[in-house]
Amino acid sequence: FNILTYQQHSDASNQVKGFNQSFLILPYTLNRDLIFIDNEWHESCSGRKMPVHNPATGDLLCEVEEADTEDVDKAVQSARAAFQLGSPWRCMDASDRGLLLNRLADLVERDRLRLATLEALDSGKIFLMAYFVDLMATVKTLRYYGGWADKIQGKTIPVDGEYFTYTRHEPIGVCGQIIPWNFPVMMFAWKIAPALCCGNTVIIKPAEQTPLTALHMACLIKEAGFPPGVVNVLPGYGPTAGSAIAHHMDIDKIAFTGSTAVGKLIQKAAGDSNLKRVTLELGGKNPNIVFADCDLEYAVEQAHSGLFFNQGQCCLAGSRVFVEDSIYEEFVCRSAEKARNKVLGNPLVPGVDQGPQIDQKQFDKILELIESGKKEGATLECGPTVFSNVTDDMRIAREEIFGPVQQIMRFRSVNEVIQRANATHYGLAAGVFTNDIDKALTVSSALQAGMVWVNCYNAMSTQCPFGGFKMSGNGRELGEYALQEYTEVKAVTIKISQKNS
Amino acid sequence: MLRVVLSRTFPRISGISNCQYSAAAIPVPSAQPEVHYNKLFINNEWQDAVSKRSFPTINPATGEVICQVAEADKADVDKAVKAAREAFRFGSPWRRMDASDRGLLLSRLADAIERDTAYLAELETLDNGKPYAVSYRVDVPMVVKCLRYCAGWADKWEGKTIPIDGDFFCYTRHEPIGVCGQIIPWNFPLLMQAWKLGPALATGNTVVMKVAEQTPLTALYVASLIKEVGFPPGVVNILPGMGPSAGSAIASHMDVDKVAFTGSTEVGHLIQQASGSSNLKKVTLELGGKSPNIIMSDANMAEAVEQSHFALFFNQGQCCCAGSRTYVQDTIYDEFMERSVERAKSRVVGDPFNMKTEQGPQVDEQQFKKILGYISSGKREGAKLMCGGGVAADRGYFIQPTIFGDVQDGMTIAREEIFGPVMQILKFKTLEEVVERANDTKYGLAAAVFTKDIDKAHYISSGIRAGTVWINCYNVFGAQAPFGGYKYSGNGRELGEYGLDNYTEVKTVTIKVPQKNS
Repeated sequence: FNILTYQQHSDASNQVKGFNQSFLILPYTLNRDLIFIDNEWHESCSGRKMPVHNPATGDLLCEVEEADTEDVDKAVQSARAAFQLGSPWRCMDASDRGLLLNRLADLVERDRLRLATLEALDSGKIFLMAYFVDLMATVKTLRYYGGWADKIQGKTIPVDGEYFTYTRHEPIGVCGQIIPWNFPVMMFAWKIAPALCCGNTVIIKPAEQTPLTALHMACLIKEAGFPPGVVNVLPGYGPTAGSAIAHHMDIDKIAFTGSTAVGKLIQKAAGDSNLKRVTLELGGKNPNIVFADCDLEYAVEQAHSGLFFNQGQCCLAGSRVFVEDSIYEEFVCRSAEKARNKVLGNPLVPGVDQGPQIDQKQFDKILELIESGKKEGATLECGPTVFSNVTDDMRIAREEIFGPVQQIMRFRSVNEVIQRANATHYGLAAGVFTNDIDKALTVSSALQAGMVWVNCYNAMSTQCPFGGFKMSGNGRELGEYALQEYTEVKAVTIKISQKNS
Repeated sequence: MLRVVLSRTFPRISGISNCQYSAAAIPVPSAQPEVHYNKLFINNEWQDAVSKRSFPTINPATGEVICQVAEADKADVDKAVKAAREAFRFGSPWRRMDASDRGLLLSRLADAIERDTAYLAELETLDNGKPYAVSYRVDVPMVVKCLRYCAGWADKWEGKTIPIDGDFFCYTRHEPIGVCGQIIPWNFPLLMQAWKLGPALATGNTVVMKVAEQTPLTALYVASLIKEVGFPPGVVNILPGMGPSAGSAIASHMDVDKVAFTGSTEVGHLIQQASGSSNLKKVTLELGGKSPNIIMSDANMAEAVEQSHFALFFNQGQCCCAGSRTYVQDTIYDEFMERSVERAKSRVVGDPFNMKTEQGPQVDEQQFKKILGYISSGKREGAKLMCGGGVAADRGYFIQPTIFGDVQDGMTIAREEIFGPVMQILKFKTLEEVVERANDTKYGLAAAVFTKDIDKAHYISSGIRAGTVWINCYNVFGAQAPFGGYKYSGNGRELGEYGLDNYTEVKTVTIKVPQKNS
């Protein structure tokens, strides 16, 4: 999903008709603000509700029922029943699971404008980005996994002895999925698509900051025809609902995308409870390495969007830009210029290219890190923020900021920059800008990162696996590789009277 | 009544469950659907043949001409190949398209076909003679499923990166082969078109397809949908024409990279020779069969009788995989024969547009005469005629459901492919014996065994030299499962992931690197 340039945004915005200004009228009336279990809408067991805010204004959008431990129990029961041997979901042709996912994709396409608007309101991301990037990725992901459903194949295996042996690639069972607030609807699709494609049932907790598009997806899931209990959507908080899912004795697998700190809690919870399978997509402090022999203007632009996309709220953000000595000054100058020209404002208005951060907590954290950058001696070039003369030991060079703050460091040699790039507990992504084939191949092999981009950044596509080395997580999402994370392999061995090749 | 007829006609085909029959009634068909397209389809345009010639296509239920169709010959094949080659040019829209978008186009084609199910089913029945209830409930839905399945593969057909020795980075690209010639038969016109187009287009090839002269109409309508959903010009070209002229021109063309043929073994030989005589184009063949259907004494008798009936008589007996040698274990032979005869006698033969009809006419006069010839040989060579054996109506090409008993392996009807509603029932004693006799044929397309015993099932399925073995079922197909023949029944597999191999050229790329690390 290529990040559109600003010019493309404004061209594209002219094509988006029917932009409904009435969405700007508050408080927003949500049709669905309940908990979705068994294809039905439930109030919370506790009676509690959660407020949902518009980060551009701070205003309350609406309230949503808040799921907690008891609601999680209800959802697990429903998902477990839907997974019983002999259930409609278990007996369904694999190709029909695929058909349902494709139907869901059709419905998302139908409701694209509404979903993009909800997403922009709830998360603060630029509306045109939501429409052209997030929603497109959502549709493509659903269709991609719709295509895999009846292509998940076991094997027949030539074992020693008089046996006929084969493997079944079975679904794991009830999968708990906890998703973040930075790409709410896209993360929703990344999680449910492979899980459903492989035949699992799902309990998904959207982030408390951004539950709205998840709830609309629940409506579409029911409309598409998924049997009750196959997908359950529980808005709630991490320490309560999220923790209940991670600790649950009857959930077979948990998939979490979020901070590394919480990732550790999830892993511990799994070990503490029933050893549920765990996959994690966590943070990053991703190196973006620019060699002197690159196309400079292009590298500046890619490094810029590589950091500032989505208000800097990307696990993939290229937040350590290593620039080769001989082009350093020029690079910093051009990067600062680019950052100065950013238009901040209301994400629903075309022409704005940076919206608000998601909430007060993030806002405060980012400002605090900016202060530390100044204190520790980096050069503040401008705001939206570009720091130059950053050294590896500074907090802004080590900690994930998750905001519009770009760090530009100087390097001299290939081996040096590889070593410095890898000197982090994280390992999610990396970029390399060079025209030299040897450098490109050498550096990309050497970097400890799940995704390495050469002469591009943030170039993602549903067919390509995504995930982290080291403390950026384990397991892969997207592509064929994701299927492994949602499959349990069973080997069946049958005694026969005479084996022949 | 409708439900009983339908469940008899196609009891358990590819997972269509019985509940679907009562869920939605089949719409009443028009017995005279309008023909919209009867020309050649090249470069997304409709064209007359260069020679201006045309040929008639016949309604086999009546023997009457439906309409004239433009007749492609070598000059038209040349035009089509040029168009397909241009569409395959490096840098062309088709070559540069995202793989996922190729998949999307195939999905859209499936949607359009689904939209026009009723019309396509009418046209298929008019041109081929198969009962409308079957065209509507089996042929067209299977086409839709096949295209959707292949659409899903488009962006999932992955090469590898490979850890070779030395300081190298090595990977493979799964590239399309190029311009693919495809020659399809008349027994499942729409379905055969889908089986060919699906994998070829999913993997990025361009196609020159010659459709059977007996049944060109539905393929040409699908061509209009191919244009409607947005395939670039030249990606698919469809030519109605004759085998010895247009078909031969494709098989010997110096600029066609691959030919896929489904049809008789006899013509399969010619295709393979033509490839060797021209440019060594890659060849895949789906040919004839004389498939053994083995009934063990512990089989569920009612199921075995019904499935064996279906195995032979489905599609007027015009299936490459028809179970045309039914081997029945001696202890149950008499009962099996009696029940099979009763079932065959009750088979409803008639107007294919009538919802009660189970069996329509044979596809043309040539087949009709050939089958009657085989029936004569059966009588002459001493097989026992148990029922049928003659013509079933005054006009059209209808033949009575026929069963021969006391058939010996050496008889013509036990060795040659009849491709008609003529069932051969043979007797056997032991497991080892029947496997040997079942394999004593130049063919190897399919086979089946009916038994409750897990060990017997495994022994037979391992021992029989056939590309598809069914256990306690017959004619179960899925787009996901590969299909093809051993020996003279062909080479290569269609459908499933395996089907993609035949439309792929693997390119290995090896790049020198300063230092290789694992």
